[in-house]
Amino acid sequence: MIVPYSHILMFAGILFAMGIFCAVARRNLIMMLIGVEIMLNAAGLAFVAAALRWQQLEGQVFVLFIFAIAAAEVSVGLALIVYAYRRTGSLDPETYNILRW
Amino acid sequence: MTVYGAVFYILAGVILIATGLAITRRNLVHSIVYLVISFFGSAMLYYLFGAPLLAALEIIIYAGAIMVLFLFIIMMLRVEPSALRKPTLRQWLPAGVLGLIYVAVAILVVTTDPGSQTILETALARPRVFGRFLFQRYWLSVEIVSFLLLIALVGALYLGKAFVKEGGDQKEDQS
Repeated sequence: MIVPYSHILMFAGILFAMGIFCAVARRNLIMMLIGVEIMLNAAGLAFVAAALRWQQLEGQVFVLFIFAIAAAEVSVGLALIVYAYRRTGSLDPETYNILRW
Repeated sequence: MTVYGAVFYILAGVILIATGLAITRRNLVHSIVYLVISFFGSAMLYYLFGAPLLAALEIIIYAGAIMVLFLFIIMMLRVEPSALRKPTLRQWLPAGVLGLIYVAVAILVVTTDPGSQTILETALARPRVFGRFLFQRYWLSVEIVSFLLLIALVGALYLGKAFVKEGGDQKEDQS
């Protein structure tokens, strides 16, 4: 006996909204990537709770794939950030407004 | 409310507070540490929802690998503390109104669904059962994901290598 499924969905939704806020409102590329991580984590929580509600293992399988996607996204994203930082010397996304080398 | 329910609400509060602190800190290292706390709480929630293997993977991958990667990058780059973006009223008013409409609709949908009010029963998917299920039904997806990870590895290597080459060329040009 845990809690109603709706409470878990609300909780995951609030966490997802926090991720959106972090990705939109911070002036830093690394914090934007962290916001995406928070959103993926919230989606994973909703998936596991759904797996528990319907007693199906598919939800947990998809959380495993979400982990893999998050790892791939972070590695490529951080490599891109390091590359852009070496080119421009700044992490502020508003300095990346020139579409040429 | 049972013990499990109390545990869920405590963990949810801790996660929300830690994430809220993480996304508002000016210092990036502080926000990473708060985020590690948040992911530990998420791992305990996974365990509470009957997924012990995913709980272990959450700690290993999220709180371990990804956060350490972020810490390395923050230490490598010279990051100045960044402020919040301050949009004007005209910019955030439409977004805020649309977001509030979505929140209202979501609360309506979730609360009026009769099935969502039933209290969840505790269950446990043992790692052996989970792994057997994964590799019997979703082995192709596992292979595709492994391919995706390989491509990400190659991409990260290429991005790191391409700059070294061009940087060397630039130096030669300058001299």
